[in-house]
Amino acid sequence: MNKPDPMVYLDDMEQTDPSIMNKVLEAAAAYNASGYTEREVLRTLEAMEASGICTIEGFGALLSPAASPYLEDMARIAQRETRKRFGNSVYIFTPLYIANYCENACVYCGFNCHNKIKRARLSLEEIEEEMKAIAATGLEEILLLTGESPSMSNPEYIGEACALARNYFRMVGLEVYPMNSDAYAMLRNKGADFVTVFQETYDTELYGQLHPSGRKRIFPYRFNAQERALKGGMRGAAFASLLGLGGFRRDAFAAGIHASLIQRKYPHAEISFSCPRLRPISTDATLNPKDVGEAELLQVMCAYRIFMPHAGITISTRENARFRDSAVEIAATKISAGVDVGIGGHSGKAAGDEQFEISDTRTVEEIYRMLLAKGLQPVMSDYIYI
Amino acid sequence: MVMVNGTPLEAAGSNLEDLLQKQGYDKRHIAIGINDEVVRKEDYPSIILKDGDRVEIVHFMGGGAADPLVIGGHAFTSRFILGSGKYSLALIKAAVENAGAQMITVALRRANTGGRENILDYIPPGVTLLPNTSGARTAEEAVKIARFARELCSGNFVKIEVIRDSKYLLPDNSETIKATEILAKEGFIVMPYMFPDLNAARDLANAGAACIMPLASPIGSNRGLCARDFIRILLDEMDLPVIIDAGIGKPSQACEVMEMGAAAVMANTAIATAGDIPAMAEAFKNAIEAGRKAYLAGLGRVLEKTGSASSPLTGFLHEDKNGGMHE
Repeated sequence: MNKPDPMVYLDDMEQTDPSIMNKVLEAAAAYNASGYTEREVLRTLEAMEASGICTIEGFGALLSPAASPYLEDMARIAQRETRKRFGNSVYIFTPLYIANYCENACVYCGFNCHNKIKRARLSLEEIEEEMKAIAATGLEEILLLTGESPSMSNPEYIGEACALARNYFRMVGLEVYPMNSDAYAMLRNKGADFVTVFQETYDTELYGQLHPSGRKRIFPYRFNAQERALKGGMRGAAFASLLGLGGFRRDAFAAGIHASLIQRKYPHAEISFSCPRLRPISTDATLNPKDVGEAELLQVMCAYRIFMPHAGITISTRENARFRDSAVEIAATKISAGVDVGIGGHSGKAAGDEQFEISDTRTVEEIYRMLLAKGLQPVMSDYIYI
Repeated sequence: MVMVNGTPLEAAGSNLEDLLQKQGYDKRHIAIGINDEVVRKEDYPSIILKDGDRVEIVHFMGGGAADPLVIGGHAFTSRFILGSGKYSLALIKAAVENAGAQMITVALRRANTGGRENILDYIPPGVTLLPNTSGARTAEEAVKIARFARELCSGNFVKIEVIRDSKYLLPDNSETIKATEILAKEGFIVMPYMFPDLNAARDLANAGAACIMPLASPIGSNRGLCARDFIRILLDEMDLPVIIDAGIGKPSQACEVMEMGAAAVMANTAIATAGDIPAMAEAFKNAIEAGRKAYLAGLGRVLEKTGSASSPLTGFLHEDKNGGMHE
């Protein structure tokens, strides 16, 4: 079978200056997690105490196994930086899956186009019903998701969903397939605020193996999605590696470098990280995040926070309540609540199957109360529309 | 609604004596004007405040001069402006009370209408709201937010924040100047947050700003007076009140800028992230008052030239009454 080269753009794909991607891939290739010693970790922590600055090299050290014994110190610094920057505000949002048709075949995903799952795409009326149900819980931020099918859920359809969302929510995020910047500009005009794209892994060889077909197979097009989104006028962009696919330390390192270079080029952009770990899916219950335990996940979150103290960090419903409750105390600034990763679940009419198994099923009210009990301030939105 | 030192209060119908007690004033140390008429102390219990009354409460400080902070024609006795971001809402009231603050900033984007909790519900009455334009990335956005703010906070005060940098949150002076010019013309009392640059400060003054609010160091950094030397230049050169805003991390730093001659200090993170918020608010209040007193007491400016000698070097010229001519 003749598969397209994952490093070569398809004809209709907008191309971006490759310099950021080259830098990230170079840094990732040169990253040797086991090459760090405790001395380098200590030096990084001391520099953080002294000047509040964490270099790229220091970020690498914090992600290394040598930093494991210092996780408590990292957590303390991360907490301090989080509070300094965000006070005790924690943002609450929920994802809304409006369609799960997909043209990719990612071997780790429930939406894989070869999986025999129930597919659905909500009509605009159904989307509105879902939004009403979500808005009734008091939420003001929503993240709209689709599977990656530009034909079954085209940009215009997503745009209509954004316009609807604008009636019910103050902040609208998108986690959809990568597009060209003109499509992002259209979505921005329809009311979208920020774009999340998970690169999954920055290991290009592994990337090619995990993504055997579909447009997602093209690595650079996905890599530059955030930049195209910002060029399209989006206020913010979120980055993530799916931890557990490849070498998680290197992948987290690459995601951090990627985000910091985009921040440097687009100083106004609101940058954030997600830290998803691999979860079991309906067609493969054996999937697991391998060597990424909770301690490792926390290490990644703390490293992101220390490296980019001003970046948002979202904690996924993939994690259990105990972990999430601690994550918002230490480094996370955004938490999902009342989550249903199926299609149509919020208004009680499940039409399509879930993307993965969630672990924290608490309602908005429960998450809200949990934050208050911890002395944190739940914030539904701090956007203002003018 | 009664205006007390420029702040609207729900005090119509109450008598002056009760109002003073409620507001914590010591009768012995104040003088009061109502609608530009000075009223006598023995009349306080019999004066019933009417809707629309303007009450000015003046008190004396060490040095014998009343020392109100005047911004846009409104007088404040407190020189501590409190931020309200980063707090648990429930702590805002305690912070304001312990800070003795008469002005508190609110981000319009946090003063959510229709949200589950509204920050405005937690701000005690009698405190002037200073809505800020945080979230604005251009002058145009700041202007729009300010117009909303005027509706929401029913006052003319607005703090301009135009920020196009998500990492350091450094203010964009040029956009800030543009926004100031537009809003000052519309009758706003414009308090611009700015990077301490003398040229920009002059432009802001010319654009109609009511004060200038230079940062001491990057916001939220608690790093104190990174910009000390440049702030000193502003204090020396600008006639507008200079309010130090952002980066002040300790009461001692707040005290220092007040000693230098700052008109007021605005702080948020240092208090919001303290272990005991109300206690830290009080520590700041005391530090700001101490710094102000020190400034008024003559610590203010350190002149760069040496003082004049008590016996001038050229004094000998006048000793010879004959102008140096000898017969």
